Amino acid sequence: MTISLTPEHSTPLQPQGWLRYLSFSTDHKVIGLQYLVCGFIFYLIGGALAGAIRTELLTPISDFLPRETYNEVLTLHGTVMIFLWIVPVVNGAFGNYLIPFYVGARDMAFPRLNAVAFWLIPPAGLLLISSYFIASAAQSGWTAYPPLSITTPATGQIIWILSVLLLGGSSIFGGINFIATILKLRRPGLKLMQLPMYCWAMLGTSILVVLSTPVLAGTLVLLSFDIIAHTGFFNPSLGGNAVVYQHLFWFYSHPAVYIMVLPAFGLVSEILPIHCRKPLFGYTTMVYSIMGIVFLGLIVWAHHMFTSGTPPWMRLFFTIATSFIAVPTGIKFFNWLATMWGGRIALNSAMLFSCGFIINFVFGGITGVALAQVPFDIHVHDTYFVVAHFHYIVYGGTVFVIFASIYHWYPKVTGRLLNEDLGRLHFLLTFVGFNLCFAPQHWLGLNGMPRRVAEYDPQFELINQLSSVGALLMAISTLPFLLNVVLSAFNGAPAGDNPWNALTPEWLTSSPPPVENWKGEAPLVTEPYGYGTPAGELPLAATSGSELWKLGNSDQRS
Amino acid sequence: MRIPPAILTLITGMALVLLGLWIGQNVNLLPVDASANAPVYDELFKVLFSIGTILFVGIVGLIVYSLVKFRRKPGETGDGEAVEGNLPLEILWTAIPAVVVLFVGIYSYDIYDRMGGMAPLNDHSMHAMGGEMEESRTWGGISPVSLESDGAAAPLPIDVTAMQFAFIFHYPDAEITSGELHVPMGQPVALHMKANDVIHAFWVPEFRLKQDVIPGQPTLLSFTATRPGRYPIVCAELCGPYHGGMRSTVIVDEPETFEAWVNQNSPIANAAPQTPVQS
Repeated sequence: MTISLTPEHSTPLQPQGWLRYLSFSTDHKVIGLQYLVCGFIFYLIGGALAGAIRTELLTPISDFLPRETYNEVLTLHGTVMIFLWIVPVVNGAFGNYLIPFYVGARDMAFPRLNAVAFWLIPPAGLLLISSYFIASAAQSGWTAYPPLSITTPATGQIIWILSVLLLGGSSIFGGINFIATILKLRRPGLKLMQLPMYCWAMLGTSILVVLSTPVLAGTLVLLSFDIIAHTGFFNPSLGGNAVVYQHLFWFYSHPAVYIMVLPAFGLVSEILPIHCRKPLFGYTTMVYSIMGIVFLGLIVWAHHMFTSGTPPWMRLFFTIATSFIAVPTGIKFFNWLATMWGGRIALNSAMLFSCGFIINFVFGGITGVALAQVPFDIHVHDTYFVVAHFHYIVYGGTVFVIFASIYHWYPKVTGRLLNEDLGRLHFLLTFVGFNLCFAPQHWLGLNGMPRRVAEYDPQFELINQLSSVGALLMAISTLPFLLNVVLSAFNGAPAGDNPWNALTPEWLTSSPPPVENWKGEAPLVTEPYGYGTPAGELPLAATSGSELWKLGNSDQRS
Repeated sequence: MRIPPAILTLITGMALVLLGLWIGQNVNLLPVDASANAPVYDELFKVLFSIGTILFVGIVGLIVYSLVKFRRKPGETGDGEAVEGNLPLEILWTAIPAVVVLFVGIYSYDIYDRMGGMAPLNDHSMHAMGGEMEESRTWGGISPVSLESDGAAAPLPIDVTAMQFAFIFHYPDAEITSGELHVPMGQPVALHMKANDVIHAFWVPEFRLKQDVIPGQPTLLSFTATRPGRYPIVCAELCGPYHGGMRSTVIVDEPETFEAWVNQNSPIANAAPQTPVQS
């Protein structure tokens, strides 16, 4: 079924060369790169918006932007970063590029649907950004809580809803495609439990996407009725219930955190074994913990609503359920640490960003378990503590992994290596800038600074300025990265087909790969993590004297 | 996989735990405590901070150690040892977080119970509201029932109305309406909160308390102030362009000063002198 569509593919109607990337191409690799580059452009836009926020917060008074504009900026920043950068890149870009390789297929299950899913994104993004210039953009935050979203200017809010609906549709199409590809397009002989971990992560993520995104879509349609047709679903002055919106919204938007984070877990699970030269530790428990996170992720949404007048029993249930997510998540982190333990770690840029991810995410996870506790949350809910927490998860976690993945897979996509010195500089600036920007915000939240404000108590001025310096460093850190990506495409050291000596199927073809992934038959990789030498068989040539001595010692002990 | 000798692991672990406990007890990141439940909150914060420090320092320590110890040296080409898993180890690091998380959950439930969060809301609000309680269901918040276990003082009811972009405080007993919240020290206070337009949130960082004020869904927030002074009231839910400027002040007075303030401002103070309830 997959092999039969070979020859007609290069019809003259399809543009060739770089024009492919602007076309309705059905090649999963082209679509993956389209997602990546498009997402990165929106990342730069979202970053500029973040810069505007941090500039406003340099002083305690509202002096840089008009107050309405400030609320538009923070709404756009959140929406762009979530729906146009992280979700499309970590799912669409890497998912489309890698999943067909991993299952041994020549393309995704539904290639045209795949192209449609991507081509919904640029118009949706342009629509969202243009709302700022046409009328005024939405002002009610990316959460769009009614009644505020009903009372702020309607045009911007409706454009926001339309754009999020398009992006949600794109996400659902992608999710269906991943589920079908992973379950049905596997090469004969390849069992589920032999798949690389990223497939499991994408399977779990896609289940979340398909189950929860329609709920958000329905909710936003109801909200748009409230705005245009003056219905009263969520409008208390017409007998509606404002808190019901929050339940429906978070039923999608909490799983959305896992939609952003689970694929990152999967990508790290691919990167670490290769650069540590060891098998992925605890494959089976990793799979179960992904599925555990998927299940728990669906039943914890109300922890965003501990101060919204939820009844006590609900607070208790959601506290316990949320805390328990720490268990499967913890398993994954301990497994990664065990993967590194005793390895031969190549400390390159991909590895540095992966370790930065682990450190940042553990920090964000710890503040997350604290936030799950109702009494703790009642103090810091809707403050800068929460802002700091979720940036540690989505930036310190997922964006660090996106960069790690770019350093790791760039040689596959281009056939050239990225420059390591620029890569290390990029990591250093990002890591220092990120922590300088967001770590002090925990203190701000604990001491009384709410989120989404343009003006604040003057006692917080110094810490806010510190945070803004961190943001500036983060902005600067994209320069060596961009320079590196552009220069290396032309002048980078040739990588060969498999520069990391990796065993996963995407490395077992040429770099860049041919149109249908392999010249001949797809390889059957049943042990994607078969690195390492069996215990007691350390190769003589590669070992130092002390290693042999230790080995002898342990043999005597046993 | 080589695991370091047991004794070394044990000593490192103990040092780590002691460090975490010390940091949890000695690093103070919170503002001054000014309500009865703030010290209870700070206790929880210390426990969470200690556990968090132990975990964070431990994991970062392991990463840094691995990166230094197991770094590929120049000219080295071999692989690491092919360890694919270790069941006892995996059971251990599933069980330990599960136990820790369960402990934290139960402990924070206990803290929340001590703050009055688990007490039923509606019987009490009916008490406090007196006559017109039939249609006014309280949707959420913290009721004053178990705030003070001795229950000596009856809570002082105050109606709070939130609107873009201010809080209005109304004292039904004294018929005072004020833009600032005055409360007596040591006496429970019950805020009955309503919003006129959009969702706001009433937050006093020094009280460690926050409650959304939701149009159409009255909420309740009870506390006992314990430290005289002026503290900020902050709106914590995005409510429009001037959200950042939606602030007020809570003034915690000695009971005598509070009584004087009531007498001075109440239009009915002379007709019906206040009989302040205090223990």
